[in-house]
Amino acid sequence: MITAFISSAIPLGVPLLYGSTGEIVTEKSGHLNLGIPGIMYVGGIGGVIGAFLYELACGNDIANMNPALAILIPLLCSIGGAILMGLLYSFLTVTLRVNQNVTGLALTTFGIGLGNFFGGSLIKLVDSDMPSIVLTKTSSFFRASLPFADDLGWFGEIFLSHDFLTYLSIVVALVVSFVLNRTRVGLNLRAVGENPATADAAGIHVTRYKYVATCLGSAIAGLGGLQYVMAYANGVWSNDAFGDRGWMAIALVIFALWKPTMAIFGSFLFGALCNANNYINGLGDATQELFKMLPYVVTIIVLVITSMRKKREHQPPQGLGLPYFREER
Amino acid sequence: MADTTVKKHREPLLHIAKRDDMVWWKACLIRLSAILLALLLVGIISSLLTGEGFGGVYSIMLRGAFGRIFQGKTSLLWRFFQQTAILLCLSLAVTPAFKMRFWNCGAEGQALIGGLAAMVCMMKLGGKMPEWLLIVVIVVFSCLAGAVWGVIPALFKAHYKTNETLFTLMMNYVATQIVAYYVYLTGKGSGIIQPVSTGNLPVIAGLPYLLNILIVCVLMVVLFVYLKYSKHGYEIAVVGESQNTARYIGIRVKKVIIRTMLLSGALCGVAGLLLVAGTDHSINTNTVGGQGFTAIMVSWLGHFNPFVMALISGLVVFLRSGAGKVADSFFLNGSFADIVSGVVILFLVGCEFFIRYSVKIRRGKKGGNA
Repeated sequence: MITAFISSAIPLGVPLLYGSTGEIVTEKSGHLNLGIPGIMYVGGIGGVIGAFLYELACGNDIANMNPALAILIPLLCSIGGAILMGLLYSFLTVTLRVNQNVTGLALTTFGIGLGNFFGGSLIKLVDSDMPSIVLTKTSSFFRASLPFADDLGWFGEIFLSHDFLTYLSIVVALVVSFVLNRTRVGLNLRAVGENPATADAAGIHVTRYKYVATCLGSAIAGLGGLQYVMAYANGVWSNDAFGDRGWMAIALVIFALWKPTMAIFGSFLFGALCNANNYINGLGDATQELFKMLPYVVTIIVLVITSMRKKREHQPPQGLGLPYFREER
Repeated sequence: MADTTVKKHREPLLHIAKRDDMVWWKACLIRLSAILLALLLVGIISSLLTGEGFGGVYSIMLRGAFGRIFQGKTSLLWRFFQQTAILLCLSLAVTPAFKMRFWNCGAEGQALIGGLAAMVCMMKLGGKMPEWLLIVVIVVFSCLAGAVWGVIPALFKAHYKTNETLFTLMMNYVATQIVAYYVYLTGKGSGIIQPVSTGNLPVIAGLPYLLNILIVCVLMVVLFVYLKYSKHGYEIAVVGESQNTARYIGIRVKKVIIRTMLLSGALCGVAGLLLVAGTDHSINTNTVGGQGFTAIMVSWLGHFNPFVMALISGLVVFLRSGAGKVADSFFLNGSFADIVSGVVILFLVGCEFFIRYSVKIRRGKKGGNA
């Protein structure tokens, strides 16, 4: 049972990991993107639209589908949608210097609206009895896991039985961590987030870094939406099913102290916390609801403790949330 | 980018400079044209999606928001005022905090907890005391609950500089889960609490919601005076502009932060009270329905001026119900309303740029051809 518990916590954590890795990249450039929940919705629905069109083009016959295309088309649609949202956010906050919190919240409303609108329209289009779109065929490509995983007992179930997006999420987090801490680009990005005026004086192109970091972060976060629909939910999109995972991803950024490697452990811990209520016997419906607030309470505790200890490397980027205008003193 | 002397220096085409204060009517004109542009875009999207002409789309929107005013049916119009009042109440609640540069993103949770306090009082104390006393108890407890929910992040912000945006955001979900817990507990597994008849706010002159609207109107005026003419309001403004200045002139910053968040939370509690005791007479996790977040945008767009905020709340509610009607009439998905209000809000926040900055096109010697 413990094996099943751990094994089921991992796919729950993956969207959070994508979301928080993306948000970390964005926050390192000094932008608190509260639009991440909306962007993850757009990433999810982008993938759904791509997969839907491809399945339609293949005449709904799995034999006609090319595995590479079946994965690539939704993947690109998802990333494309998320990047568009990221561009909108960075245009407003970087170029037009609009307040980041307000833009982010508006973007979340907008993105969730987009997701549910297209989702709802597709549901109406296929005229199904259930309020959802089922893309099992595409999902089967996404869910393909290593063939020998089942033979390896508990080790296989925990570590090897997952879809490729799960492993990709860990790779992405590790790469981001490496780039942030070990390369010049990462150093420059961190400089922009800490103090854009200083970075500007040092000859770093602040605007370009902010745009690229925000769009890249959005693209990574969008993959979280895609993983949720295609792998975790077996290719079934129903409106609002993604829930408040986007906010939890933002919480995870704080929990991970802005370190992608910490986010890997954090996301699986959060996945386990979200899932704990299903594995503890004898909980009533009501108590289950109380258990669901665990991830948030843990985040608050971490937030408070880090701010009390005031360790320099555990603080958010100093320029977080502040607009930068070169001609302002 | 190293634009040193070695490289040929390239002048950017556009030069952005900060403006001095703009004349108010010019600023209004810019905002109005942003709204009109956004509405035009919404109209184009709607006609493309529905195949209906431009005029048709707008008239459906108007009807969806206000009903057929001129034919004497005012019920929709009445709902419009009620919804505007609730959104305005939440926007008013977050405004003192925002003016202090305290990003209270927790209006949702504070209102929900305030509403929960009202609900608990209505269910536990209903019938055990005279109705007027019950209402007093409900008011006290919802304000208190909202204030407590708001002051927890403020205490940590004041003493340890804990990031308040993230703290208040997390508090929303804790509040949501507590309400979910209570609903399951009292709803006996059905997940629904039936409307309660005790402790409801009185109906004045046979018009439901009239009391809600009046309360919010009074709050609007009081808050305007509080922010603009009282000593507290002045302290809030100074702390918002610069904490160092505030400290220098002898304002106790910690005290102001805590006091303002008590007020902000209590006002959110009032919004919860109006929603639970004044409107639904029941509660679920979706009672506030994301309006706490919309309120943040309304407050920002209204530049912390309660009267402007009233206009903007009206606009947002109009768009939501109007777009809802368009979606209904053409069998589109209901989330169409979210997209429409999202587009308009993004246009409105974007246009602030043109009020605060002026953009000059450089006509330099080397090919400024714009």
